[in-house]
Amino acid sequence: MSNPLPAAIDDADGMPRSATVMPFPRRPGGRFDLVPIGGALGRAILPPLVVIALVLIVWQIACSGPNATLPPPSQVWTESGELILKPFYNNGDADVGLGWRIISSLQRVALGFSLAAIVGVVLGAVVGQSVWAMRGLDPIFQILRTVPPLAWLPLSLAAFRDSAPAALFVIFITSVWPVIINTAVGVRNIPEDYRNVARILQLNPIEYFVRIMVPSAAPYIFTGLRIGIGLSWLAIVAAEMLTGGVGIGFFIWDAWNSSHLADIIVALVYIGVVGFLLDRLVAGIGAIVTRGTAAN
Amino acid sequence: MSAYLQIDHVDKVFERGGQRTEVLKDVTLSIEKGEIVAIIGHSGCGKSTLLNLIAGLTEVSSGGIILEHKEVNSPGPDRSVVFQNHSLLPWLTVYENVNLAVGKLFARTKTAAERHDWVMRNLELVQMAHARDRRPAEISGGMKQRVGIARALSMEPKILLLDEPFGALDALTRAHLQDAVMEIHQRLQNTMIMITHDVDEAVLLADRIVMMSNGPAAGIGEVLGVPLARPRRRTELVTDRSYLHCREAVLKFLHERHRYVEAA
Repeated sequence: MSNPLPAAIDDADGMPRSATVMPFPRRPGGRFDLVPIGGALGRAILPPLVVIALVLIVWQIACSGPNATLPPPSQVWTESGELILKPFYNNGDADVGLGWRIISSLQRVALGFSLAAIVGVVLGAVVGQSVWAMRGLDPIFQILRTVPPLAWLPLSLAAFRDSAPAALFVIFITSVWPVIINTAVGVRNIPEDYRNVARILQLNPIEYFVRIMVPSAAPYIFTGLRIGIGLSWLAIVAAEMLTGGVGIGFFIWDAWNSSHLADIIVALVYIGVVGFLLDRLVAGIGAIVTRGTAAN
Repeated sequence: MSAYLQIDHVDKVFERGGQRTEVLKDVTLSIEKGEIVAIIGHSGCGKSTLLNLIAGLTEVSSGGIILEHKEVNSPGPDRSVVFQNHSLLPWLTVYENVNLAVGKLFARTKTAAERHDWVMRNLELVQMAHARDRRPAEISGGMKQRVGIARALSMEPKILLLDEPFGALDALTRAHLQDAVMEIHQRLQNTMIMITHDVDEAVLLADRIVMMSNGPAAGIGEVLGVPLARPRRRTELVTDRSYLHCREAVLKFLHERHRYVEAA
């Protein structure tokens, strides 16, 4: 904002008007017009490509010696290139491409995580509603959420006596905590006014949950879901050590047992990329759903 | 006697951590159907607490509030509130905000088409039908407050409670909304209780002005009738003798007899 006051004061003092300097704001955008649209893309894509190339070169050099313990990129390509080039081959009998394995793992995660999302939101809503529930349960949640997926494994197996539900439970128990905790915080932060509106309208608990609580806490809930889906994907390797079959987690376990280090490296890249996409997916859904919620 | 709304020897005490704060003491007031009553007083005198008691959002400590022969002890749509900060739900559009109330209250008594018409009728009443698909973040403060009024009216309340509804608005917008409230009252003849700290607003809108003494243990200091014919027009009232007299009486009450003492 330019302030006209100095000019008025200058006038009153009989000072020359030229003493007040009002610089024109520089027009934004003028500079950007000259840059071709491809420039923006180049800025986003080129740097990571350069870094990846550098990492590959350093890795190649470091692992090329006779005493190298890990395979260099060139060896990964010759040994496991097929895994990269043909993600969807199917030779039957659990000898399938990594794409199929990823899909199988995603199904497992989808089931475990959906369960965690539903239970987490409902439990979080209950905990957030009551001060005493919050005081009593929050410390327990904070401790349990730090327990790594692998540590749940023996207990889960002992409890369910079957690998499939035990694997789901490991995914569930790993990802449920951030959903509970964030939902509870979101529910606690519902403005008093919204509660009053609900009370005047005499909304019943279910209507209140659907119409007021969930939309109002949605930004918090989605933060929890986003952390949760990351964790559930982290748990996939632990979970699939139990189940065997075609999952990507079991693939790594299997490759380790048969010393196919190159396969493991390719699988790691797959897991990383899929995890990244899952995170983006939940963040994207969250952005669409919470449109307008934060603003007031 | 049985007035439309009877507030009978109401006390309100807040207790927190062993500390007792007496906010309202021995408040008695009766309000007739179709009346507009303004409650005025310095900040902290318990005006909002009184309104919350009538709304049922807080419970009385002793005494009772009776609306049409029924005791008030919980919130309900027969006493709808227009909140100071509008409290529209930001994830719903203007239409959906009003429809939340209409859909809940008339789910059985009105058909879907009738409910739609009723939402639009109320939006038209506050001249907001044109913005039905906008979200609260996309409209101005005055427009939000209009929608807040539409939502409250759509509940067909016995009493409309307005909690400093125009306090956060600029003077011109406030004048427009005051005119809108007078127009609505002219058409619907509804009962309204309005909290305000604006003397002109109180005199312009109210049939009676309830002046509250300062807290703690605030009560009703004085009740002033405003003998002005309706419809009232602000431009004509500026020189009206009884308008000026009322204004003076309220100002004197607030600034001479019940001067606001700043907490040391």
